[in-house]
Amino acid sequence: MAVGKKTQNAFLVENKDANIILKTNNLSIGYKTKKAVTIVAQNINIALKKGSLIGLVGANGIGKSTLLRTLTNVQPKLSGTTSLNSKLLEDYSNIDLAKTMSLVLTDTIASKNLTVFELVALGRQPYTNWVGNLSENDLEIVNNALLQTNINDLKQKRCFELSDGQLQKSMIARALAQDTDLIILDEPTTHLDMYHKVYILKLLQKLAKETGKTILFSSHEIDLAIQLCDTMIVMTHTEVISDSPCNLIKKGTFNDLFPKDIIAFDEATGSFRIKK
Amino acid sequence: MPKTNTYKLSFLALILVLLCCFFANISLGSVSIPLKEIFKSLVGLSDNYIIQNYRLPKAFTAILVGSGLGISGLLMQTLFRNPLAGPFVLGISSGASLGVALVILGSGFFGGVFTSLLISKWSIVIAASLGSFLVLLAVLLVSSKVRDTMAILIIGLMFGSITAAIVSVLSYFSSAEQLQQYIFWGFGSLGNLSWNELFIFFIIYVLGVILSVFSIKGLNTLLLGENYAKSLGLNIKQSRLIIIVATSLLAGTITAFAGPIAFIGLAIPHITRQIFNTSNHKVLLPAVFILGAIVMLICDSIAQLPNSDYTLPINAITSLVGAPVVIWLLVRKRKMLF
Repeated sequence: MAVGKKTQNAFLVENKDANIILKTNNLSIGYKTKKAVTIVAQNINIALKKGSLIGLVGANGIGKSTLLRTLTNVQPKLSGTTSLNSKLLEDYSNIDLAKTMSLVLTDTIASKNLTVFELVALGRQPYTNWVGNLSENDLEIVNNALLQTNINDLKQKRCFELSDGQLQKSMIARALAQDTDLIILDEPTTHLDMYHKVYILKLLQKLAKETGKTILFSSHEIDLAIQLCDTMIVMTHTEVISDSPCNLIKKGTFNDLFPKDIIAFDEATGSFRIKK
Repeated sequence: MPKTNTYKLSFLALILVLLCCFFANISLGSVSIPLKEIFKSLVGLSDNYIIQNYRLPKAFTAILVGSGLGISGLLMQTLFRNPLAGPFVLGISSGASLGVALVILGSGFFGGVFTSLLISKWSIVIAASLGSFLVLLAVLLVSSKVRDTMAILIIGLMFGSITAAIVSVLSYFSSAEQLQQYIFWGFGSLGNLSWNELFIFFIIYVLGVILSVFSIKGLNTLLLGENYAKSLGLNIKQSRLIIIVATSLLAGTITAFAGPIAFIGLAIPHITRQIFNTSNHKVLLPAVFILGAIVMLICDSIAQLPNSDYTLPINAITSLVGAPVVIWLLVRKRKMLF
């Protein structure tokens, strides 16, 4: 714990704000009811650099979703602070937050009768007038988002006609159209085959590089994340560590990720092996 | 967008159909009036008593009722993301029924002098409005404690059950005559509205429509689900309140003036989605408005049984005409669009 925190603080001082889009300071997350407080994780100090791809990994039930829900202001934090573009998260209005942070969730969308174009265009909602008309500028941004995610040929298709991979690309295009500095994705690779898992993650990597947006995603594809991410946030029972994948391997962080009875992390290949 | 022109054409066609239905509705009735006479009185060249004081207000009522129920059905279906939702899921019609039941059936409890005062047309309108308002208020108060929109749907249904139970108890202690009067109210009626009553109806209706128009953007955002809508900057609680208030203004006044008219609110949004094949409320809202008016005018024309002295209950006709249309559309397209 102490080591992780120290490097983290040094890192923060170096890049003082200019290059940081989201920063947490001793953040504690969890659930508060009238009777009791359940702490899911505490002392979280992470900083997301502009234009980087960040993977959030950890075992089931460790609190990845809780962390994402707290960072996106869906759920109140317990203590500590989160600042987004040097402004406290709780000081954002709904609309300003929507212009700074876009989400790709695991929720299925309510109306699958929308066309891909309509779906992506809904990403412009924070910018459109009271009845939601698209301006020339909005149309250009929507078309750009369709091109950047390679789904321009799907734009007249309806969502119920799409495969899971195509739908996920459309949801990413919608987040792009929202034109925010930060995009947060909750398990974007679930339900996808091996090829499409890599396809989606590579797409995210390309988007982070080309558009300069910061992309944070949670995933169970630890080996893929190690290969593609600039930074990884690893949640274990005792701490939340954030560093480059190489450093994390050196520190042996992945070895403690899961109970050790059936799988073990192989540092040479950067993937998990079944114990014989 | 490329589709705008086809939409314009469809809307033009629908408006023409609406005008035809309006004219047919005025022309048909128990007394046959020559076409010439109808034209003359429509442009103000003659005052035909039946047209001006009976058929015209009735046709306008049909338009308000049909379009209002269609819009409130659409609002509820999108808000609850449930194809089975209709204008009355929040207990508006059961509240109105309770109000009316208390006036008609409960008069036995209140004593004779009171009775003669109570059962006039306005007392029924006021009782229905008060009833639906109070039940809706209760639903809203309880709902403000829950975060889940689906819970509001269940709470609405529960309040409906409670009011239905109270009406049953009241019915049990009522005379046959009172029961008949109550049942007749339940049949629904588009006639009997004077121009003055229609005017009050119209003002509240316009308020409801304006609120619905301001909900268009929020409704479209809600197509993605509440979490996405929130991430797009939509104030969910506020939008939800505006949508519910718009629905209650529309469905509440309609029930107060025309009785609990079934089916239209549920069916019209489905028919519209099948015809226009879109989920965009900028198209759906005006389309539901026109289609609702058309269907209601047709149903009313049929209910009049032209050239006969009988008038069938409008509530029966809406289902008799509407249900086969919805079934036919679903079978033809083989898919429910929602």
